[in-house]
Amino acid sequence: MATKASRSAARLMISPAVVLLLGWMLIPLCMTVYFSFLRFNLLNPGDNPFVGWENYRWFVTDPSFSAAMINTLVLVGGVLLITTIGGIMFALLLDQPMWGQGLIRIMVIAPFFVMPTVGALVWKNMFMNPVNGIFGHIAQSLGAAPIDFFSSIPLLSIVLIVSWQWLPFATLILLTAFQSLDQEQLEAAEMDGASWFNRFWYIMLPHLARAITVVILIQTIFLLSIFAEILVTTNGGPGVATTNLTYLIYVSSLLQYDVGMGSAGGVIAIILANIVAIFLMRMIGKNLDA
Amino acid sequence: MGRIALKQVQKSFGDVTVIPPLDLEIDDGEFVVFVGPSGCGKSTLLRLIAGLEDTTSGTIEIDGTDATGLPPAKRGLAMVFQSYALYPHMSVRKNIAFPMKMAGMDQAEQERRIAAAAKALNLTDYLDRRPGQLSGGQRQRVAIGRAIVREPAAFLFDEPLSNLDAALRVGMRMEISELHKKLDTTMVYVTHDQVEAMTMADKIVVLQAGVIEQVGSPLELYRAPRNKFVAGFIGSPKMNLIEGELANEHGCRTIGIRPEHVEVSTTEGQWQGTVGIAEHLGSDTFIHIHGVPGCDPLTVRADGEVSVRHGDTVFLTPRQNLIHRFDDNGMRIE
Amino acid sequence: MARAVPNSRKAINTAVAGTLGFIIFFPILWILILSFKTEGDAIKAPLQVLFSTGWTTESFGAVQERSDYFKHFTNSVVLALGSTILGLLVAVPAAWAMAFVPAKHTKNVLMWMLSTKMLPPVGVLVPIYLIFRDVGLLDTRTGLVIVLMLMNLPIIVWMLYTYFREIPGEILEAARMDGASLREEVIYVLTPMAIPGIASTVLLNIILAWNEAFWTLNLTASNAAPLTAFIASYSSPEGLFYAKLSAASVMAIAPILIMGWFSQKQLVRGLTFGAVK
Repeated sequence: MATKASRSAARLMISPAVVLLLGWMLIPLCMTVYFSFLRFNLLNPGDNPFVGWENYRWFVTDPSFSAAMINTLVLVGGVLLITTIGGIMFALLLDQPMWGQGLIRIMVIAPFFVMPTVGALVWKNMFMNPVNGIFGHIAQSLGAAPIDFFSSIPLLSIVLIVSWQWLPFATLILLTAFQSLDQEQLEAAEMDGASWFNRFWYIMLPHLARAITVVILIQTIFLLSIFAEILVTTNGGPGVATTNLTYLIYVSSLLQYDVGMGSAGGVIAIILANIVAIFLMRMIGKNLDA
Repeated sequence: MGRIALKQVQKSFGDVTVIPPLDLEIDDGEFVVFVGPSGCGKSTLLRLIAGLEDTTSGTIEIDGTDATGLPPAKRGLAMVFQSYALYPHMSVRKNIAFPMKMAGMDQAEQERRIAAAAKALNLTDYLDRRPGQLSGGQRQRVAIGRAIVREPAAFLFDEPLSNLDAALRVGMRMEISELHKKLDTTMVYVTHDQVEAMTMADKIVVLQAGVIEQVGSPLELYRAPRNKFVAGFIGSPKMNLIEGELANEHGCRTIGIRPEHVEVSTTEGQWQGTVGIAEHLGSDTFIHIHGVPGCDPLTVRADGEVSVRHGDTVFLTPRQNLIHRFDDNGMRIE
Repeated sequence: MARAVPNSRKAINTAVAGTLGFIIFFPILWILILSFKTEGDAIKAPLQVLFSTGWTTESFGAVQERSDYFKHFTNSVVLALGSTILGLLVAVPAAWAMAFVPAKHTKNVLMWMLSTKMLPPVGVLVPIYLIFRDVGLLDTRTGLVIVLMLMNLPIIVWMLYTYFREIPGEILEAARMDGASLREEVIYVLTPMAIPGIASTVLLNIILAWNEAFWTLNLTASNAAPLTAFIASYSSPEGLFYAKLSAASVMAIAPILIMGWFSQKQLVRGLTFGAVK
């Protein structure tokens, strides 16, 4: 509800943001789609002939593509599993009465503010290095053979590092959701004879359902684009053992200078992300009406 | 001066017409109350006068000049909002000073008016507090103070008392009435509470679905409601509307009789019924009676000391000269 | 009413949560300790490290010398602040308009803005890289400021929008009735009331820009490289370097860690686009 004058002022004020985002989204997007149909390598200047679906065919049939898809799935799925379950448990725990809750919460949240390159390098060297890392020292003191994380379980190592970075996010959001749960509801359930487990299962978990979905969807969006952690730890190796889709596209386009191929991969990545995005947008949209 | 005239004013939001073309005159110094159920367009009408909404068509004149296209600030009106709309980051003093600051008024004059308003509204001790530290009633008074200092042509009140608790509401009602007597400035007041309308207004405008149902003084509306809607809306407890046989006897579709215009007796009377619930208020007793054809329950206001119990049989006699008659369209028949 | 909880249960809760919290926090604590050790001590077993007596700040100096910390730090600051300020300039008017003058399409516009955030950066890496190469923005702060601003613009608009929406429209109408012009309304009423919300938006945006590690790694070489790239240069070990890596890491994360702790609550709102409050 407003007057005409304020409405036209409003339109004027929205337009810079809209124009900028439209440009930021449309121009590169169209270019990516366009390049993906060209034979276009920066190392071979000259014509960039139209080749139809060739890039897509090459990209998809390359064995490293299927490996990258599986790695992406394992990476996203593994991190989601660890962070969601861990997040629920941490949130539940932190919601209990205790001393020094603020301090403990700060400690749990801290990893989220650590830049990805730092987190990954610290884990790689100080913890997972088989000779000098803490895990190596612990294994030695127990008389066991130290695990060489990045050669024997490379993908799992990355899953662990990324989980450490994202556990705080899940915890923080789920804790916020827990705290908005009406205590009287729980007391009513207790009066109705519900055990702690029943209260958790029938009241707390449904109350959290929405927050859990949000955590899963938002993390998925970010996890699909994991890049820096791989770059500074394994460079996608050994072989393609830790190459995810993002990294594969990076390799094709900026290391092999194959713009056409990289663009085809980019289009595939966009489609994948959009599938998740649709669900996320629906949830957020519903909330907007409320 | 504060004469407001609405001429063929209409308001639509998209395809939805909230207020069909409407005419209304508000005289200088009058206390006019817009009353009606929620969603009846009374707040929209007030906001049209304020200039917070554009009219779709028609003109609004303030003191004889066309104000339809003027922005709110240029209309010389002051408004008190339902939520008080105080600026939370400013002290009471600054809140009250804000309109004068916007008008670029001389500092000394500002001080003088703030002091006068604070004194009149009992806010002198609170001038340096923030709105967040005040009670509901005090916030309300600050909102009024902010309106007073501008010395507007008219005050607009948008349900100002609905956020206060019942006891405070009665007090504030009287304060606003006294303020009106003292300032003698036009006030336009929106409420959904007919008690506020009856107690405060010089002139009541009853609205339903954007249409003015009746305009008149409180007693005119009480004595001669123009239609069934006004009859049911004004007065508490509500007027009993009776249809069927009993109405036919009076040669009309519906008759109305106010609870306070029915005599109750345990021995004899015109109509017979059974007591359902009796609400003993001490001063009065409201008896809800079942069994009178065409109206169930029929409410009667009896003396406070009447002792009737659930299930008792009672006899009722309406005062013949106070029966209202309505035709097939619900309009009053004289 | 909250019930009284026996101290014994509180003690158990504290112990369990404290231990787990400590484990999560440990890597950060550990690099803080290592950064003050000599390289020789830093690779020892954990207990030996703790009880080694040599404390030194030499690693910090070494890091500056080896990879010019201050240049990268300056770049990070410029990128984070630049993209935030630029973003605010564009986002404040947009959020104001959508929150206070909602139109039929406001919701769609908001959702669309959000959807641009869902676009995976890698999907547009090639064109952005080529455009930047052709207009000479590769490895420049200007280029990165623009990219980071656009990256985070939807979040800024969205966060501001949710904060603005909490300001009751009646207060702005009151200001209008009181004779304030649109400019005065924004200066005297809206902005002071919105400052807490704007502050948390700024904070979150600085954190996101500071830690952004896709564009900053792919569009810079040396001139405009911020701390993310500075750290990445430590990914291939050269001899003994734990203490130096630790020192570099501490210097890279300390400013933002401190800011982050202050903005926990706002973080939830910003990162979930208001879906969880």
